[in-house]
Amino acid sequence: MSMPFYVAPEQVMKDRADFASKNVARGRPLVATAYDEGILLAAENPSKNLHKISEIYDRIAFGGVGKYSEYDQLRQAGIRHADIKGYQYSREDVDARSLANAYGQTLTQVFTHEMKPLEVEILVAEVGMGRDGDQLFHIIYDGTVQDEDRFSVLGGDSDTIRGRMETAYTEGWDIGAALKAAVAALAGPDRTIAATDLEVAVLERSNGRRAFRRVPDDETAGLLA
Amino acid sequence: MLGWRRSRCWQAANLRLHMSLPLFPVGDDPGPSFSRLLKKSGLTPPSLTSEAVEIRHGTTIVAIRYAEGVIMAGDRRATEGYSIAHRAIEKVFPADRHSAVAIAGAAGPALEMVKLFQTNLEHYEKVEGVALSLEGKANQLGGMIRDNLPMAMQGLAVVPIFAGYDLRRQTGRIFTYDVTGGRYEEADFHATGSGGRDARTTIKMVWTDGMARDEAIELAVQGLYEAAEEDSATGGPDPVRGIYPTVATVTDTGFERVPDPEVAERFQALIQRKTQQGLHQ
Repeated sequence: MSMPFYVAPEQVMKDRADFASKNVARGRPLVATAYDEGILLAAENPSKNLHKISEIYDRIAFGGVGKYSEYDQLRQAGIRHADIKGYQYSREDVDARSLANAYGQTLTQVFTHEMKPLEVEILVAEVGMGRDGDQLFHIIYDGTVQDEDRFSVLGGDSDTIRGRMETAYTEGWDIGAALKAAVAALAGPDRTIAATDLEVAVLERSNGRRAFRRVPDDETAGLLA
Repeated sequence: MLGWRRSRCWQAANLRLHMSLPLFPVGDDPGPSFSRLLKKSGLTPPSLTSEAVEIRHGTTIVAIRYAEGVIMAGDRRATEGYSIAHRAIEKVFPADRHSAVAIAGAAGPALEMVKLFQTNLEHYEKVEGVALSLEGKANQLGGMIRDNLPMAMQGLAVVPIFAGYDLRRQTGRIFTYDVTGGRYEEADFHATGSGGRDARTTIKMVWTDGMARDEAIELAVQGLYEAAEEDSATGGPDPVRGIYPTVATVTDTGFERVPDPEVAERFQALIQRKTQQGLHQ
C-alpha cells in the first residue's frame, strides 16, 4: 500500500479555506438588515428563478451566496429540519438558533472531513415579535456561526459593503430607507442596480403566521425611487 | 492522521456522521414530499386499531360552491359512542392559502391527517418554490386516505372533504373521498358524516348556480341545522355556551373564517323563522 505524501494539517486547512473563500467571493453578495417592521434581505440576482433568498419556516428566512447547487441543498435540508421539528413538537418550537447550529455542524463536518469544503456562505434570519427578538445568524464555509444584531453581509467584497452599511445603518429605519441603503451598499458609489436585477424579500412582523414575503420588482422600484 | 481520504460523496457521509440536518444521498432523496421525508427519517406513527375501545367521532360537514368560490362548514360535536365527548371541536381547517379541508370520522386520526396534510402542502411549496395545483393537492389527500386504509378497516375511518379555489380555472372546486382514497369531484355541493344525508337533501332543495356569499352561508347553516335535528351525533347551535358551527369561505383572496357573531345571527334568524312556522313534531 502506498503512503500519501505528508501535508501539515495547518496547510490542509489553509488550502481549503483559501479555496472556499476565493470561490464564495466570486459570487454576488447579499445584505440583510433589521428595520422597524421586520427584516429585509436583498441581493443582486438577475435570475428570477434561481433564488438566493427563500422561506424556511413561519418566521425564518434563508439567504445563500456562492455555489447555487450547494446552498440550495442546504436550504432544502433547513426546510426539512424545520418542518420535522414543527410537526413533531409545535410550530413555536422551531427557532433560528438551533437551525444555525445544525448548519454550523454540517459545514464544519464537510470542511474537515471531505475532499472539498462547501463553497457557500449562508444566513438564517428570524423575525421576532418585537425588534428585540430579531436574529441574524451568519454561517461561513468552515462552520463558523456569527450572531449579528443589526445587519449581515455575505459574499464577495463583504468588508467594503459592511463598511458602507455601518455608516448608513440607523436603528428603527423604515423599509424604504433600509432598502435604499442596502442597495447602495451592494452597488458601491460608481454604479446603480436596477430593480429587475435585485432579489428582495422581507420577514414582516405583521404578515400573519408566515412572515416571509417576496417583494415584487415594481414594489422594489417604488421603494427605491 | 487527518481524514483527507476521498469519500464517496459528502451527502452520504453527512447522513452517517450526524443527524442534525436531514441530508440524503442523491439517489435516496425524498424530494418535496413531507410524508416521504417522515418515512425516510423513520418518524411515521404506528398503525392503530380500535377493537372494543370507544373512540371520538366527528360528524356532519358540508361544502357548497358559490359565485366567488366555496363555503365549507361543519358542526362542532364529537361523540364517543352514545355520549358527547366534546362540544366545540373544529372540523374545518385551512389546508393552505387557497384550500380547506373538513373532516368526518374518527377524530384522532383525522386531526393527525389534517396536520400532516397542511405540513405536506407547505413543505412542497417551500421546497419547490411554487404551490401544488388544486388537483395535485386533492390527489395528495387521496393518497393519505389510502395509506390510512388498514386503520379504516379497524374502524378508524377518516372521510374528509377537500375544497378550494382553483387559481388556474378561476372557480371553486369540491372533492370528496371514500375510505380507499378514491377521489370524486363534486360539481356543486356535498355533505358527509352521519348527518350528511339530511344536510345534502336540504341543500339540494335550494341550491342554484352562482349564489352570492350570503345566500351560500345561509344554505350551509340550514343544512347543518336540519342535520342536527335528525342526527343525534350532529351538534346544533348552542346559544347557552355561544358555540356555533364553523363556517369558512375560500375565494381568490384565500381562506377566511366567517366570524362567529355573523354565524350566530344567521342561526337566530333561522330559529325565529322555525318558531313562526309553528312545527309540532
